Amino acid sequence: MRFLARRGALFLVTLWAELTINFVIPRVMPGNEASAVLGTFRGVNPAALHALQIEFGVNTHQSVLSSYFEYLGNMLTGQFGVTSQGVPVMTEITSKLPWTLLLVGVSTVIAFAIGTLVGIASAWRRGGRLDGILPPYLFIVSTIPVFFVGLLLIYVFAIKLTWFPLGSNYSIGATPSLSLAFIGDVLKHAFLPAISLVIVTAGLWVYSMRNNMITTIAEDYVKTAKAKGLADRRVMYDYAARNAILPNLTGFAMQLGYVLGGAIVIEYLFSYPGLGYLFYTATTNHDLPLMQGLFLFYTLAVLVCVLVADLITAVLDPRTREA
Amino acid sequence: MAVGLPAAEPVLTDATGAEERVAPRRFLRAVRRNRKAVAGAVILLVMVFIAAFPGLIAPDDPQATAYAPNLLPSWSHLLGTTQIGQDVFSQLIYSTRLTLWVTLVVSVIATIISMIVGVTAAYAGGMTDRVLTVVTDVFLILPVLPLLILLAAYLPPGVTSLVIVLCITSWAFQARQLRSQALSIRNRDFLISARVRGERPLYIILVEIVPTMTSLLAASFLGLAVFVVGFAASLQFLGLGNSSELMWGTMLYNAQQAAALEAGNPWWALAPGAAVALLGAGFALLNYAFDEIGNPALRPVRRRRGRTAA
Repeated sequence: MRFLARRGALFLVTLWAELTINFVIPRVMPGNEASAVLGTFRGVNPAALHALQIEFGVNTHQSVLSSYFEYLGNMLTGQFGVTSQGVPVMTEITSKLPWTLLLVGVSTVIAFAIGTLVGIASAWRRGGRLDGILPPYLFIVSTIPVFFVGLLLIYVFAIKLTWFPLGSNYSIGATPSLSLAFIGDVLKHAFLPAISLVIVTAGLWVYSMRNNMITTIAEDYVKTAKAKGLADRRVMYDYAARNAILPNLTGFAMQLGYVLGGAIVIEYLFSYPGLGYLFYTATTNHDLPLMQGLFLFYTLAVLVCVLVADLITAVLDPRTREA
Repeated sequence: MAVGLPAAEPVLTDATGAEERVAPRRFLRAVRRNRKAVAGAVILLVMVFIAAFPGLIAPDDPQATAYAPNLLPSWSHLLGTTQIGQDVFSQLIYSTRLTLWVTLVVSVIATIISMIVGVTAAYAGGMTDRVLTVVTDVFLILPVLPLLILLAAYLPPGVTSLVIVLCITSWAFQARQLRSQALSIRNRDFLISARVRGERPLYIILVEIVPTMTSLLAASFLGLAVFVVGFAASLQFLGLGNSSELMWGTMLYNAQQAAALEAGNPWWALAPGAAVALLGAGFALLNYAFDEIGNPALRPVRRRRGRTAA
């Protein structure tokens, strides 16, 4: 239980740190970006404007400390401010969220599955053909920036071969419905961006899974299982892989931030109207409240995933419960 | 140091520190025999040469708008021209210097930050360690690109801002690794004897601990370089750079803003993208090779060689 308590504490500390970063950045950065930006906000109701002024330290006639606590209070009660158009930040975020969930969710699950299986297989046959080629190859691929993969895919499959659309989430003029035609249209639009993310992230899982497997295979219980004469497949999956996958699970959650970052670039490249594209437009419009809200949202998403991974690890691995 | 304590010379047996006391010549031979290391080194050397002497290779002034716009690749314009008639190949060559410079500066600074944080945490222990570890963990969890974008949005676009925001966001992973390495040697005899001699903490950290971690510091530097190459270009691609400064990331941004791919001028966008990928791969190959040289367990198994434990 101490393990979970420690991880829960990290959750709270990180959340507090994120909120504090959002509060501190506008105050310590040189220039007066924040006041210039807030000056352009029109048609925002006075209460919302007051909350923003407190968050960004513009035109406040109260001490920093009292602003800080009022700001923390606003955040904890779910008042995340409004965008430059006066729309609540959370409304804006939740309206774009499904598209990013689709893109990031599907590509992450595929990349994790491929990466883990290849990692297991390549570590099991050390020195085999797969082990000689794949891990270094995938490691190099995973260091290639996601926008280059996306650019190549667009050039080859959208421009030269015209198999897939250039961008957007569904065809102009299509009405969202649950019909097969519309779902097909959506998948066709999601294919290239999703594959870009899979290509870039799968290598990371291969690399870490392979290294975990190599350590696990050297354990005595794996040798014992082999000595007992159990089938290779059984030892590989039930003895070695089951234990090697646990650290990967937490790594999976920690990497979500990285994947979400990749999704920002990819959604911009493909004009895919999810959170990443929203982040990009917020950046070009200097919509600081929306940007800070998105940063908070991304952090929360990663934190929740890390916590879930920790819970699963605690349930599956008795050693963490005792430590 | 004058006191010649025999206990101060234990050969490190940790996986990552194994080659510490190996003679440099043997280390160089290990690098030469590792094909990944050779490939990575060749890529980087070529890049450094291009960065040093761009004028020898590039035919044109990269900023001169002297030609017809959107020309396709030809012998006079190897990669075509931009929307406003600049030679893409010359831009690519001249962009190498600043791109490489930013990568090196950020990687060196961030390695130093992670070294200070990691070693101080391990050496000081107690409350200092706990605080620094929590700060490191927080920076590890915070999503990097959103934080980078947010920081960059408050600063004037340009190379200085780029270096600052990348340094702030990049050190955490390496700090954690350096901390655990420093922890593993914390109670070695040579450190205890230094403490007993009454050396100051700063002296012990700089003269006694840091030299034992040179290989890990080199690996940190390479890992950071991979990170910096990718994220610097991503930030600029998203429009958070100064598009008049010649870097591969700003070339990508300009090409994307002009819809170069759709306009039938693909090399304007693909060439800087490929250059970023190649530079990242060069650092990654070296990093991967370093891992293999330092940690025999990760080396590819070869049947004829019996001396490394698999």
